[in-house]
Amino acid sequence: METYPRKLVVIITEAALESLLVKDVQRLGAHGYTIADVRGGGRHGAREAAWEGDRNIRMEVICDASVADAITGHVRAQFSANYATTIFVADIGVLRPEKF
Amino acid sequence: MDPVVLFFLLGVIARLLKSDLRLPEAMYEGLSIYLLITIGLKGGVELARQPLVPLLPQVAGVIALGLALPLLAFPVLRYVGRLKRSDAASIAAHYGSVSMVTFAVVLAYLVDRAIEHEQYMPLFVVLLEVPGIVVGIMLAKLGAQGVVRWGALAHEVFLGRSIVLLTGGLLIGWIAGPDALAPQAKLFFDLFKGVLALFMLEMGLVAASRIRDLRQTGLFLLAFGTLVPCVFAVIGVFTGKLIGLTPGGAMLLGTLAASASYIAAPAAMRIAVPEANPSLSIAAALGVTFPFNVLLGIPLYQHFAAMLFGIPG
Repeated sequence: METYPRKLVVIITEAALESLLVKDVQRLGAHGYTIADVRGGGRHGAREAAWEGDRNIRMEVICDASVADAITGHVRAQFSANYATTIFVADIGVLRPEKF
Repeated sequence: MDPVVLFFLLGVIARLLKSDLRLPEAMYEGLSIYLLITIGLKGGVELARQPLVPLLPQVAGVIALGLALPLLAFPVLRYVGRLKRSDAASIAAHYGSVSMVTFAVVLAYLVDRAIEHEQYMPLFVVLLEVPGIVVGIMLAKLGAQGVVRWGALAHEVFLGRSIVLLTGGLLIGWIAGPDALAPQAKLFFDLFKGVLALFMLEMGLVAASRIRDLRQTGLFLLAFGTLVPCVFAVIGVFTGKLIGLTPGGAMLLGTLAASASYIAAPAAMRIAVPEANPSLSIAAALGVTFPFNVLLGIPLYQHFAAMLFGIPG
């Protein structure tokens, strides 16, 4: 099986940011994204998705290295200071490079 | 004691004892959609029964109330509580806006006791939700740097689920009228209290989960979250009398003034004032004021309204 190297950018943050993030990652060059509702806890306390104000999302974007740089840089500059944010990047292999 | 309140207490106790009880998220969403649309419909049906122009002075009075409340709360938070400007402004916005669930509870309270009130009060809930949030954002931004993304924010505030469902319900009720809605009355009106009771179980779980935050925020927010609602209720009841509401209507307005938003305001504040610590405002609005209003506030405000209007009891 032949795969092509890409980056997987994962952003775990407050659900309040969802619509802003979607706009921002598309503007920065992402071709697509996947969002899931998640629960968890950390420095900002437990986020248990008990009601609207208490939800977290996990956003995944598969893209090339330069877009991954742009997204991580933007999220760190814009959101990391004031929002519960976890962001990481993984090397992955995709089957259809033209998609990403 | 009211079963709705008992359901709430069951939720609180279950959570404090660390029970694994949890309503599925889809159920929470479903129940809250039902409650909002039903409250809207009730108000809309009543608006269909009467001319709208005479309501305009009342509408103006209610909006003025919504603008005034956060301006009163802010200096208390900033100078008595010594909070940062952003935190004080954010909490002021929460207390300027209103809590739908508190409204649902007080509505059920009045209906149970057959206390007369203006049936179109849900209109005032819509009117009171937004001004407090806008004033809070202004207070936070005075002399602060950083830009507000007003477009995204307006979308969040005006097209948030609660406003869409309430306004939608009001419009549907108003356009369709009472006769056309009669076949649906069983679902929307008869089941209301049962659904509210279930929802309050969940609210008990949620509110109790915030009590932990209070340990960090200290006594000031505890005092603020109980005393300010009482003062705001008095202001609300007076405003109600001034704009010619019935005693029940004035009491409803007082309770709305006393309530603090924990759905619309937190969402808007997270976007507009990200530097404000959300744990503080949520602990106060949801951990202190909501339970206080449900357990003690509502009977207290009813007592005060009866006194002001000179009604025995």
